[in-house]
Amino acid sequence: MTLKTILYEEHIALGGKMVDFSGWQMPLHYGSQIEEHHQVRRAAGMFDVSHMMVVDLNGTQVREFMRFLLANDVGPASTPGKAMYSCMLNEQGGVIDDLIVYDRGENGFRMVLNAATRDKDLAWINRQTDAFDVTLQARFDLAMIAVQGPDARDRVLQILGDTLTAAIGLKPFFSTTENGFFIARTGYTGEDGFEIILPEERAADLWRQFHRLGVKACGLGARDTLRLEAGMNLYGSEMDENSSPLESGLAWTVAWQPAERNFIGRAALEAQRDVGLSSKLAGLVLDGRGMLRNNQRVLCERGEEGRITSGSFSPTLGKAIALARLPLDAGKRCEVEIRGKRVPATVVDPPFVRNGKPCIQTEGVTSDEQHT
Amino acid sequence: MSNIPEELQYTRSHEWIRQNEDGTVSVGITDHAQDLLGDMVFVELPEPGRQLVAGDECVVVESVKAASDVYSPLTGEVVDINEAVVEGPELINQDPYGEGWLFRLQPQEGAEREELMSAGAYQELLEFET
Repeated sequence: MTLKTILYEEHIALGGKMVDFSGWQMPLHYGSQIEEHHQVRRAAGMFDVSHMMVVDLNGTQVREFMRFLLANDVGPASTPGKAMYSCMLNEQGGVIDDLIVYDRGENGFRMVLNAATRDKDLAWINRQTDAFDVTLQARFDLAMIAVQGPDARDRVLQILGDTLTAAIGLKPFFSTTENGFFIARTGYTGEDGFEIILPEERAADLWRQFHRLGVKACGLGARDTLRLEAGMNLYGSEMDENSSPLESGLAWTVAWQPAERNFIGRAALEAQRDVGLSSKLAGLVLDGRGMLRNNQRVLCERGEEGRITSGSFSPTLGKAIALARLPLDAGKRCEVEIRGKRVPATVVDPPFVRNGKPCIQTEGVTSDEQHT
Repeated sequence: MSNIPEELQYTRSHEWIRQNEDGTVSVGITDHAQDLLGDMVFVELPEPGRQLVAGDECVVVESVKAASDVYSPLTGEVVDINEAVVEGPELINQDPYGEGWLFRLQPQEGAEREELMSAGAYQELLEFET
């Protein structure tokens, strides 16, 4: 299976190094993913995220349905435009997918789902609709461009300010629709910016306009290091159907109140909460030089083991960082097994970087003190 | 298209070898190799004085994407290493045949060089691989 987004030719024209991502041909980078990363932290970059699945939900019972389907709560009344992050759980409390849901007032809801889980998500959602008056529309006709960075809003409004007047005063985590463009002040980088969903036939033109304005095209490589620095989970790495949001640093996304709201997975999560958790998700910073990778073994102070779920290099910190599943009582110090050697690392609370600035303090260990 | 300087020799595992006037050889990874790996973020070099046999794993280079071993192209002794690439692994991306060299080797007398390839042969290998 090889899928291409409507912007495929644009990526080729910009020298994109194309890789397979869940069946999609996507740009990993256009030369240097580290430069692309810095561009987003310091100015503005854009990402083609048209491979993500946009689903629109409507119907007389659509609100009740969303309150049943998602672990986070869209609430009993509409806040038009509001965006919310949530997990979609199975009956065991495992995460089927994580998503952003947008409240579109009388136009129902829009969800943006992961590309890798598209088919199982659609099948799952469809199956749950049986008891509700809800219609589900998978929007294969739309493209999606994320523009992120401290200059992102200025750049976007320079081009779309006249088309999208409502975007000018848009607050973080809100969205609006105007002239066929859906625009949201959301993202996956830890920077300010917009995500724009638009008809496919208008995507290439907008992409080129951004490019001419100096918004650098960025690939999946930079997208991954940006979200990791921002301490954001990646579905399939930090959580999956066998782990609950409570074990995955996402307890804040589970709306326990009101207690009478019955959402899928609630009973399992309550049982887990009452018994107590055995592991947690934490951040790691490698003290000295080196690289952290997915699945590396972490040895904690009391001898218990953990494992890296996402490891990479932080261009902003100039150090290797990771998210890791650790025992609940893991201390501040640990060692990571890298090619048979144990290398010291510090346990931190993510995020590592927000709005261009480091936000963790690694304690007085310098690269000279490693390998002792 | 990949840059393949005429004056160097190459290995099947994408190292390059430069014959120096003092009898030593400098070793690095090719433009093709750095391009495949992408942005370099970590380099681990051998200790000077280490004795290597041709084919020994002697350097680890890590990019954001992957870790890769570099193999000694010849049997001999490590006489010098490029500390600058440890400080700035991106030198390998920026200048793989110059500032991005990895180590210098004093080849053992009569060290086997038949496995090394000319620029033309390496070019053919790349065309075959891609």
